[in-house]
Amino acid sequence: MTDLPAAKVDLKAVLSSPARVDNSEGMSYLQSVPRRLVTLYLPLTIIVVVLLFPFYWMALTSVKPDDQLLDLDRFNPFWTWNPTFKHFHKLLFESYYPHWLWNTMYVAICATILSIVASVLAAYAIVRLRYKGANLVGGLIFLAYLVPPSILFIPLATVVFQYGLFDSPLALILTYPTILIPFSTWLLMGYFKTIPFELEECALIDGASRWQILTKIVLPLAIPGLISAFIFCFTLCWNEFIYALTFLQSTSNKTVPVAIVNEFVDGDIYRWGSLMAGALAGSLPLVILYAFFVEHYVSAMTGAVKE
Amino acid sequence: MADVAIPRAKPQMSEDNVWTRLKHNRNWLGFWFMVPAMAFLIFFLAYPLGLGIWLSFTDTRIGRVGQFVGTENYEWLWDDSIFWLSVFNTLLYTTVASAIKFAVGLYLALLLNENMPFKAMLRAMVLIPFIVPTVLSALAFWWIFDSQFSIISWSLKHLGLINQNINFLGDTTWARICVIFANIWRGVPFVAITLLAGLQTVSPSLYEAATLDGATRWQNFRFITYPLLTPIIAVVMTFSVLFTFTDFQLIWAMTRGGPVNATHLMATLSYQRAIIAGQLGEGAAISSAMIPFLLAAIMVSWFGLQRRKWQQGENND
Repeated sequence: MTDLPAAKVDLKAVLSSPARVDNSEGMSYLQSVPRRLVTLYLPLTIIVVVLLFPFYWMALTSVKPDDQLLDLDRFNPFWTWNPTFKHFHKLLFESYYPHWLWNTMYVAICATILSIVASVLAAYAIVRLRYKGANLVGGLIFLAYLVPPSILFIPLATVVFQYGLFDSPLALILTYPTILIPFSTWLLMGYFKTIPFELEECALIDGASRWQILTKIVLPLAIPGLISAFIFCFTLCWNEFIYALTFLQSTSNKTVPVAIVNEFVDGDIYRWGSLMAGALAGSLPLVILYAFFVEHYVSAMTGAVKE
Repeated sequence: MADVAIPRAKPQMSEDNVWTRLKHNRNWLGFWFMVPAMAFLIFFLAYPLGLGIWLSFTDTRIGRVGQFVGTENYEWLWDDSIFWLSVFNTLLYTTVASAIKFAVGLYLALLLNENMPFKAMLRAMVLIPFIVPTVLSALAFWWIFDSQFSIISWSLKHLGLINQNINFLGDTTWARICVIFANIWRGVPFVAITLLAGLQTVSPSLYEAATLDGATRWQNFRFITYPLLTPIIAVVMTFSVLFTFTDFQLIWAMTRGGPVNATHLMATLSYQRAIIAGQLGEGAAISSAMIPFLLAAIMVSWFGLQRRKWQQGENND
C-alpha cells in the first residue's frame, strides 16, 4: 500500500483552497445559472439537509417539553416555542452523566497520549533509523490497522479478566492503543518523511544524539502532524463502543456511549428527551474540537488513507 | 556519536563496547524505539488474535476454562440457521451499504469540488456525521425511526402518502433498510471528503483540454476523473468495506439484531453468544469466521490496486 501511484494530496487545500478557486473559474462560464441550480445546488442541498437533519432532530428533541414530544397532532413537531432545559437538568443533576463524561475524557486522553508517544518513537525508527526489517514492520503495522475490534473483543475480554483489569478504566486505556497506534504511526510516518534528511545530518555532525534529534528537530517540525494524530485518536477513543461495552460493568465506570445505550434505555415513554439530551451533550465536545481543528482533522483522515 | 569524538577513560572495555553498541547501532536503536508500540501490539493485538482462534476450538465459557473440542463449534455453527442468517445479513449490509456509499460519496465529492460560495463551510459541515460518535447518532436514528412517534411517518401521513405509521424497526425488511440507511449516512462523509482530496489533485487544465476537444461532462468524468481517482477509490473502499463488514455499534444501538434476527450481523451475533450467553468458544468461532471474508476483501482490493496500477502505467506512459 505504500507505493500507491496517488499524486501527493494537498491536504490543506481540501477544506479551503483559494488557489483552486482561481483555477476552476476558467470553465465555469460554460454553465448557466439555472443549470447550476438543478445540477449543483439542488442535489447538494438535499444531501446536506439529510446529513444534518438527525442533529437538528436531536437538538430539538432535547429541548422540547415532554407533552409536545409525544403529541404530534396539537403541536408542529418541527419546531417548539417553549424550549425547556429540564432534560439537561435531569441529565446533569439526577444521573451519573458528569461521571460518564469524565470517564470518557480520562480514558480518551490517557490512551491518546500513550499511543502518540509509542507511535512517535515507532514512526521515527521506521522512517529515519531504517533498521533491518523496517519496511516489513511498517507493513505489519498497516495490517494491524486492518484488524477490527469486533474480532478481538472476545479474546481480549479473557485477557483483561486474567490481568484483573475487568471493570476498570485501565482496561480501556491499555486496549485502545491497539486501535490508535497503527493509525497514528502510519500518519506520523508520512509527516516524518517530509522533514528534510539534511537537517538531521547536520545535527548528527554537530554531535546530537538520536534522542536530541527527535525531540529538538523532528518533533517541533512535525507539530501539525502531532495535532492531527492527537485529535483523530481522541475522537476514535470517544467513539469506541464494543470494548467499553464488554470490559466495563458498574454504572459509574462506564463511558458516555455505553452508558447512554444501557442506562437510559428503560421502559419510560418519556425517556426520549433525556436520551437525546445525553446524545447531544456527548457529541458536543467532539464537534467543538472539530470546529477548531477542521484542517488537522481532514489531513489526519486523508493522510491515513493516501499512504 | 558525540561520545566517539571525545576520548574518555574506559575502565571496562567490553562493557563499554556493549553499551555503545546498544546505544548507537542502528538496529539496536531501532529496536529500542519500537519497544513501546510493539509491546502494545503484541500483547493486546497479536496475542488476542491468536487466542481468539484457539478459543474457537474450545468450549470455554465465562468463568470456566475450556477444553479443546476440535472443530465442534464450527460444526455446530454449520447447522445453525441463525448463524447463516447473520452471514447473509452481513453480506447484504456490506454490499448494499458500500455500493451506495461509494456512489453517493463520489457524487457528493464531485459536487463539493465545484466552485461556489461558502464552500469551506459546506465541506466542514458535511463531515460532522463522521465526527459524532456512531452510537449517539444511531440513537437519533432510533428516535427518528420510532414506531409511534417517527417524524418520517408523521410527514408522510400529512403529505397524504400513507395512512398508518410505518413500523420501521419492527418489520424485517424495513429494519434492514433503516440500518443500512443509517450506515450509509455515517459513511458517506468519509468517502466524500477523502475522494475530494483526491479530486483536488486533478489538474483543471486536463478538463479544459478535453472540453476544447468536444468532450461532454460525462466523458470528462469517465476518461479523466475516474482513472486518476482509482488508486484513492481502491483504498477508501477497502476501508469502507472492512469497517462496514465488522460493524457492531450501529446495529447494537438501533435494533440489537432484532426483529427476528433480521439485522443480526456476525459481530453482533458473536457478542450475543459470547458475552451475553457466556459461550466464549462459540462466539470466538463466529468472529473467527469473519477472518476469511476480511482477507478476501483485502486481497480483492490489493489485487485490484495492482491491476489498476499496471493499467495506469500502460495508459499514461
